[in-house]
Amino acid sequence: MYEELLLTILLTSVPLILAATGELVAERSGVLNLGVEGMMLMGAVAAFGAAITSGSPIVGIIAGALGGMMTAAVFGFFALGLATNQVATGLALTIFGTGLSGLVGAPLVGKAIDGLSAISIPLLSDIPFIGLLFQLDLLAYLSILLVGLVAYFLKHTRWGLVLRATGANHYSAHALGYSVLRVRWGAVLFGGMMAGLAGAYLPLVLTPHWAEGMTAGRGWIALALVVFASWQPWRVVVGAVLFGGITIMQLAGQARGWTIQPQFLSMLPYLATIIVLVSISRKGGALHKAPAHLGRIFYPTR
Amino acid sequence: MRSFTFGKWLATSLMAATAAIGMSASASAEAMKVGFVYLTNPGDHGWTYAHEVGRQDVEAHFGDKVVTTFVENVPEGPDAARVIRELAKQGNQMIFTTSFGYMDPTLKVSKEFPEVKFDHITGYKRSPNMATGNIRFYEGRYVQGVVAGMMTKSNKIGYLGAFPIPEVIQGINAFAQGLRSVNKDAEISVVWVNSWYDPVKESDAAKVLIAEGADILAQHTDSPAMLQTAEKAGVKGFGQSSDMHEFAPNAQLFASVNNWGPYYISQIEKAMDGSWTTGEGPNHWAGNTWNGIGDDYLVLTDFKNMPADVAAAATAARDGIADGSLVIFKGPMSDNKGNVVLKDGEALDDGGLWAMNYYVDGVAGNIPN
Repeated sequence: MYEELLLTILLTSVPLILAATGELVAERSGVLNLGVEGMMLMGAVAAFGAAITSGSPIVGIIAGALGGMMTAAVFGFFALGLATNQVATGLALTIFGTGLSGLVGAPLVGKAIDGLSAISIPLLSDIPFIGLLFQLDLLAYLSILLVGLVAYFLKHTRWGLVLRATGANHYSAHALGYSVLRVRWGAVLFGGMMAGLAGAYLPLVLTPHWAEGMTAGRGWIALALVVFASWQPWRVVVGAVLFGGITIMQLAGQARGWTIQPQFLSMLPYLATIIVLVSISRKGGALHKAPAHLGRIFYPTR
Repeated sequence: MRSFTFGKWLATSLMAATAAIGMSASASAEAMKVGFVYLTNPGDHGWTYAHEVGRQDVEAHFGDKVVTTFVENVPEGPDAARVIRELAKQGNQMIFTTSFGYMDPTLKVSKEFPEVKFDHITGYKRSPNMATGNIRFYEGRYVQGVVAGMMTKSNKIGYLGAFPIPEVIQGINAFAQGLRSVNKDAEISVVWVNSWYDPVKESDAAKVLIAEGADILAQHTDSPAMLQTAEKAGVKGFGQSSDMHEFAPNAQLFASVNNWGPYYISQIEKAMDGSWTTGEGPNHWAGNTWNGIGDDYLVLTDFKNMPADVAAAATAARDGIADGSLVIFKGPMSDNKGNVVLKDGEALDDGGLWAMNYYVDGVAGNIPN
């Protein structure tokens, strides 16, 4: 019984891990993209449409990544190409993505697919309790792999350093001869791809159908997780699992007959986020790890 | 499913786009204009979808005698008043507002346009030109309870609720009455999702209930996610608002489908011949329509994935409710704390149905207040 609950927690965390990791990379390069929810929905509808027309969930994964990326390109065109305000552009992107995904997804409503199946890794999946970490689906494994790659890229590679430098001070990076806009375009597109994959996880694994607005606010939670994780990739995983854990435990508590206000229980995950935010800012360090030029518009000065 | 091609997807998307732009293009002078206000969009495949089907029934029934207009995604609250007022200004002679939360905005606008007929769905406030329409959804849930009671092996029934409001409590209690009529040991565990629509959370709640031992699931939320989860886990459940057979061919026992068409058609006919009224008097629904299975306002889909004797019991319960021989809430009935609610020979009237603030026998736990 506890294994089943733990598995549910892990699966419900996967889209949060994917979307938050993508946003983390974008923010590290200095771009605040509030359009995560819109990109997730576009990824979800693209993934479901592709999976149902091709019959292959793998094609769905690729389409989801592309769908998110193309939506991010719209953001990039305005916020980077035309130097518009990032907050306003991001909010507009969420509204745009919600509406457009509903429109193109209208004919897909009421249909179902089989979705991605779980892949058990021999031997490892037989270990009691820990074994369930090795009986997930392809996208769940991929999400952990991607977090590892992002963590390594940011900390141990030259281009990771360039990306962080761009977020910390775009004038310095520019003066050193790096193309700030190119770095940011790359980061924004990567963020879009990850959000698209996160969206794809819903119709491909969690709830194998398409419905308008099916992400129900998970894009916003992913944004909060980036701050929660103080821009460190592995902390995103901790935050997402913690968030998923509280959500599932409040449902399990009700099933076992605890009589607590449902509104209070639904509030718990958000309360936890606020408490962590308050505590990390009190210590005085973590919150100052925000990229210094986050959300600032860059004008190239020849 | 595989026959649904990419080309077809693209074509229908484009059609949907042009249809949205071209709405309300042709309006003949004598036709009666009727407006609809929707909470979400017909793509929810649940509540609003059922209303949209009803609106299409109206168009099919009246042909060019009626012109309909609808507005989607209207939030409950002050914004709704603006939309309803706009519809009234556009010359709609009758306006259906299809969610509980439109009650106060509809009431407000009804006073500004005394010549327009307003018809609010699932509320209780009325005015001389504002009526109330509803469906006895709980009747279907009694039949669900009968089926669940005969099918369950673990005697644990999982029930997803959106919010603890009277309509949802009514449904849970009707389910329990059906359940306990065939199985004295079975019990309902209610989990509140605190949302009408959040597929992932509904699916999570279903997984949790299955992990806790429930082998039959019921829902008072809007998405098919619970049934899909049941299908995957090999347990059974019931569809909500519309037929969800496509999503769970092996798990859906049956679905209660809201059939608004007959209500809309009869209200518009009454408006045309002048017999439309909004009702007076102390009884909750006097003069207003609250029909159920007996009038085909609530339709149960075919009983599937169950043995013949269960299907027979379900059919008997449905027919008994339809002809009035089966009364769902009648004495002796006590709440789940053992307090007597109805003595032998007593039955709940409509007012009593809306005043339910207790769980009956067969439901575990307490109602969160």
